[in-house]
Amino acid sequence: MKISFPHMGHSYIAFKWLVEHLGHECIVPPEPSKRTLDLGVRYAPEFACIPFKILMGTYLEVAEKGAEVIITSGGMGPCRAGYYWVMHQYILNELGRNVEIIAFEPPLCDLKDFWKKLHRLRVSGGLSVKAFIEVIKTTWEKIKAIDDIEMRSHEVRPYEINRGDTTRALWKALDMLDKANSVKEIEEARREGLEVINKVPRDLSRNPLKVGIIGEIYVVLEPAANHYIQIMLGEMGVQTDRSIYLTSYTRKNTIYNLEGDVFAIARPYIKEAPIGGHGVNSIGETILFAKHGFDGVVQLAPFACIPEIVAKSILPKVSKDYDIPVLTLFIDEQTGKAGVQTRLEAFIDLLEKRRESRKRERLVV
Amino acid sequence: MAKIGIPRTLAYFLYFPFWNAFFMELGHEVIVSPPTTKAVLDRGVEEAVNDACIPIKIYHGHVAKLIDKVDFIFSPRLVSLRKHGDFGTETFCPKFLGLPDMIRVSMDRLPPVIDTRIDLKAGKDELLNVCKETAFFLGMTAEKVIFNAYKKALKKQEEYQKILKEGILPPLALDILEGRKKRKEIPRIEPELNIAVVGYPYVIYDPYVNVGLLKFLEQEKVKVYTQDMLSNKELNGQKKYIPKSLFWYFSNRAVYGGLYYMKRKDIDGIIHVTAFACGPDSMVDRLLEIESHRHGKPYLAVMVDEHSGEAGVRTRIEAFVDMLRYRRG
Repeated sequence: MKISFPHMGHSYIAFKWLVEHLGHECIVPPEPSKRTLDLGVRYAPEFACIPFKILMGTYLEVAEKGAEVIITSGGMGPCRAGYYWVMHQYILNELGRNVEIIAFEPPLCDLKDFWKKLHRLRVSGGLSVKAFIEVIKTTWEKIKAIDDIEMRSHEVRPYEINRGDTTRALWKALDMLDKANSVKEIEEARREGLEVINKVPRDLSRNPLKVGIIGEIYVVLEPAANHYIQIMLGEMGVQTDRSIYLTSYTRKNTIYNLEGDVFAIARPYIKEAPIGGHGVNSIGETILFAKHGFDGVVQLAPFACIPEIVAKSILPKVSKDYDIPVLTLFIDEQTGKAGVQTRLEAFIDLLEKRRESRKRERLVV
Repeated sequence: MAKIGIPRTLAYFLYFPFWNAFFMELGHEVIVSPPTTKAVLDRGVEEAVNDACIPIKIYHGHVAKLIDKVDFIFSPRLVSLRKHGDFGTETFCPKFLGLPDMIRVSMDRLPPVIDTRIDLKAGKDELLNVCKETAFFLGMTAEKVIFNAYKKALKKQEEYQKILKEGILPPLALDILEGRKKRKEIPRIEPELNIAVVGYPYVIYDPYVNVGLLKFLEQEKVKVYTQDMLSNKELNGQKKYIPKSLFWYFSNRAVYGGLYYMKRKDIDGIIHVTAFACGPDSMVDRLLEIESHRHGKPYLAVMVDEHSGEAGVRTRIEAFVDMLRYRRG
């Protein structure tokens, strides 16, 4: 089968490897571009959020390239994202595209369905169960390595002397990972990749501001959707950490897992959890970022994203109580890069002034 | 005895009789906010977060109207009313889930909010527990009194549901239930057209939000059918026609209602009323549009927002009704 999947940050490197080693042909989804969005906007419902539109565009693009099956995730609500595959399938059918969407619902909800779909992928690829498990394991290692490398790049970028060096190093490192084919090779590529990034000439005398990025998973993870906000901030000399990585549920070095239950932390502000998507997480994570001495928080969300609107209406109180500035950016198809940049620059200026005046206060005391 | 404020929006149109009866039985006074007006909406726009949808803004406006007039505001956290959906996880829109917290954070001088969590997934008895919790909040602990009030409230709600099933729209049904109007007084007209109007109760029944849509249809001698006139059995039977049920209670009702009426020969067309920037409706609307197309039923989506004027909506409805008449020949 010719299989494709949604584009989400750099994860496509791992998923491409997965599909190919399952014995299928992979149609690699192109990075979302103006054309992707235009296509998506044309056929998606007007008030669907931007992830829906970008995915719609991506699916139409991969359908042009001959994809027969698209693998994506389902969900159990109450966020709309869990229903996306149904609507995408409806719209693709209406348009007469011969593409089937296979959506993996959360296994805890419907184990049988999950198993059936996995079985189908395995059998049609002609793999033994053992080989199948091996391939999945290796893919997971790859995703982890990708996240490691990306995380490191965000730490290094604010110190780089020549603008753009880190991003170039990041691509080089990802390229190495792309070529790795076994757990051992991935480990090597990871080490080498980190080294490449560490070798970027740095000015360690800088004292960068620290900004946390929270919000809806797709616009946080897909740089093409958020106008490369982390790179933009990094090049402004700001260190960023984001709350969501694909692998963040299983590892320790993200802020998310250090503190245990993020819902419990958000509880004084919102008594219900989860409310879908990352709505409650956004509130809890803002508190965590404040506690960890971050200078500010940027909330990213698609326009009309329901959970994030709830979070946004509660965040001003959190921001006041924990004394941490929060900038909310709602992203839709009209959002321009220059607009985002201007607002970020103003926000960073504010954070810098704030830090200076605090330093002065401390000197006076 | 306390004054309890209930905003005249959101779940009011379907579940007001229950809570009204319940609070009255407990000896409290229920104060309903005045019908939605421009002033209510404007106040809501001031209070609510700017990205919220119209119904949520209007809700804020209604709550604002109740401040200083009541001792408590009844704003339950609607989590779910039944075990339904593909994974049995049907719930309400996330904004409903966070609503009590939203009003608490964004509004000043708010009286205590009764934010009982309503989650009836576990079974029918759960509603009694919800009632108990609400009564405890108001300082009533005598189980027997609560139980009696609960029974009375259930009966009232059943009565209400029965009136709805006769094909009477909620605003009128509420009047009949409270004895403000008699059934006999309702003028009987021979309908020329039958149109199913589906959507959320707080959008289709609120005369301000729907910009006089129902009244206009009545003038045009159209008999209006809505999803709330159908029994749960009729509605839930539609589940098998879509690949996956939606996650939200009101959306499921709207979609099932739409699907039900699409299959009925005597229905001339479907109107879906939706609010600007409603998240779930972006799915519901397209789903209904595609399904109507497949069923060969004329379909019109009317979107209302802060600025929708009567003339604009009326023109579109007029054109739609004309088209249906023409189609009927």
